Amino acid sequence: MTAESMTSSRGAPTARPGRRFSWAWLGVVPFVLFAFAFLIAPTLYLASGSFQNLAVAPTDPAHGTFTLQNYTALSQPNLADSYFASIEISLVTAVVGGLFGFLLAYAVIMGGLPRFLRPALLTFSGVASNFAGVPLALAFTFTLGASGILTPLIVGLGVHLNIYSKPALELAYLYFQFPLMVLIIAPAIDGLRKDWREASENMGATAFQYWRYVALPILLPSLLGTVILLFGNAFGAQATAYQLSGGAINIVTIQITRQIRGDAANDQGIGYALAMGMVAIMGITIAAYAFLQRRAERWQR
Amino acid sequence: MTRAPEAIESIESIVDGSPAALQRKSRRGAGRLVWWVVFLIGFLYFFVPLVGTFAFSMRSQPLFSAYAVVVDDPQFLGTLFYSFLIGIITIVASSILIVPTAFWVRLRLPRLRPYVEFITLLPFVIPPIILVFGLLRSYSGDPFPLAGSDFGSNVLLVAAYVVLSFPYMYRAVDTGLRAIDVRSLTEASQSLGAGWFTLLVRVIFPNLRVSLLSGAFLTLAIVVGEYTIATFLARPAFGPYISLLGGNKAYEPAAVSLISFGLTWIAMGLLGLIGRQSRQKIQVAGAH
Repeated sequence: MTAESMTSSRGAPTARPGRRFSWAWLGVVPFVLFAFAFLIAPTLYLASGSFQNLAVAPTDPAHGTFTLQNYTALSQPNLADSYFASIEISLVTAVVGGLFGFLLAYAVIMGGLPRFLRPALLTFSGVASNFAGVPLALAFTFTLGASGILTPLIVGLGVHLNIYSKPALELAYLYFQFPLMVLIIAPAIDGLRKDWREASENMGATAFQYWRYVALPILLPSLLGTVILLFGNAFGAQATAYQLSGGAINIVTIQITRQIRGDAANDQGIGYALAMGMVAIMGITIAAYAFLQRRAERWQR
Repeated sequence: MTRAPEAIESIESIVDGSPAALQRKSRRGAGRLVWWVVFLIGFLYFFVPLVGTFAFSMRSQPLFSAYAVVVDDPQFLGTLFYSFLIGIITIVASSILIVPTAFWVRLRLPRLRPYVEFITLLPFVIPPIILVFGLLRSYSGDPFPLAGSDFGSNVLLVAAYVVLSFPYMYRAVDTGLRAIDVRSLTEASQSLGAGWFTLLVRVIFPNLRVSLLSGAFLTLAIVVGEYTIATFLARPAFGPYISLLGGNKAYEPAAVSLISFGLTWIAMGLLGLIGRQSRQKIQVAGAH
């Protein structure tokens, strides 16, 4: 705390008489204005639209009046399904990607593999977690799609993978999910000190006991937090899904794409409600992540 | 000269000769095999789609003709140049906005820190698809019909990308500021007669070079190839170009996808290089 905040919190401006009011806050005005104009206001626009009756003609007096209909409309089968599908895909790829990413990071850091593999893995993970969207979808199409390079092989093995299906999308999402897990969880694994393992071994603990009572409780907030972040990462993805399925898969971001394009049969208000539902889910996700991350940091000093 | 048996036992275990130590060693050997398998799966996951894409691009005859066609396509270089230019403008704009703010918050307004940090994290809550939805609806009509003109759409695109860069830039700059003594530097420059502008441009910015570079490469990796926002703003950017190519051509999209992967690799490689020098923790994540 600075001297200024101390005096103001006590309400006794003795330290600097004559400077009770500070203009210092003006320094953040450009940033706040920018964020308001291009981030907050546009979101508020969608939020206010989601509570307005936009189903009737603009000349109708009921147009723009308050309503909750847009939100109740989200229970329509295809809209509700899009939420369920998005949640399912995000959950599956977050858990599978999180688990595999953790094992991979652990293998390279603690598994006794050659040293040089560690920086190599981290660089690849940096690239792969950023290699997403259209090129990623295309790469999967060329490898596993109808005329893909590996398609004859996996068909020969008796596996039929429809590139427009949920499993194909999950396979593609995992390409950026587990590398992100590797990047975020690596510092947490580094934080597991050798002394802790040695101490528990000296006291006669088995490997299982070490994991159950020492390592896992320490890693748990990081693990959970990162899995939640991966969930959000997949939930907000649009480009990969759109390119891979040609817009044929029913998930929330594709539904919103249709709303923006004006392809959707239903009215604008429902589109805004769809967007707000997404923001709500992302908000909860990120809040949970931030909370767990703060708990995890206790062990990473 | 005789030693106590316990001491002998402990020496034995140190030189790894005792049965217990040997057993532990072989167990670790089996464990290592498991870790190799895990690594191999990850390795294959990384490279199979890339090799598949490369093999696909080689189906066009003669060899490498897909790449030749792509490089000769004026749209390829045009959209790539456009996206790079937008990326650079984004980085400059983002630095001008973030550096003074982070500096000022650290120096004078530490109480506002959580609020500023909260705003910089909002782009995680509001994904690109929602952001562009809101921007289009807010700026299509009066009083600011930006989306109606080419120039206005470019402004919106840069603004959206600056917003996307908030989490990475702010974090990088804030970490950088933590490493330098902001208060002493400020007082030293001011006692030498420097104004705020001189202080920022000649003292703070140069000291944040490494942080800014790392934030910049990350932003570049996200912006070049970004699809969602660029498409809806109808910009002639690289991401929409790849997608368009994917719908029209057979082998060329494979070539462009690999080139795009290479570009990401270069950006991340440079980032890693900087990160190793600065020993800073760098956060990585993209827009999908």
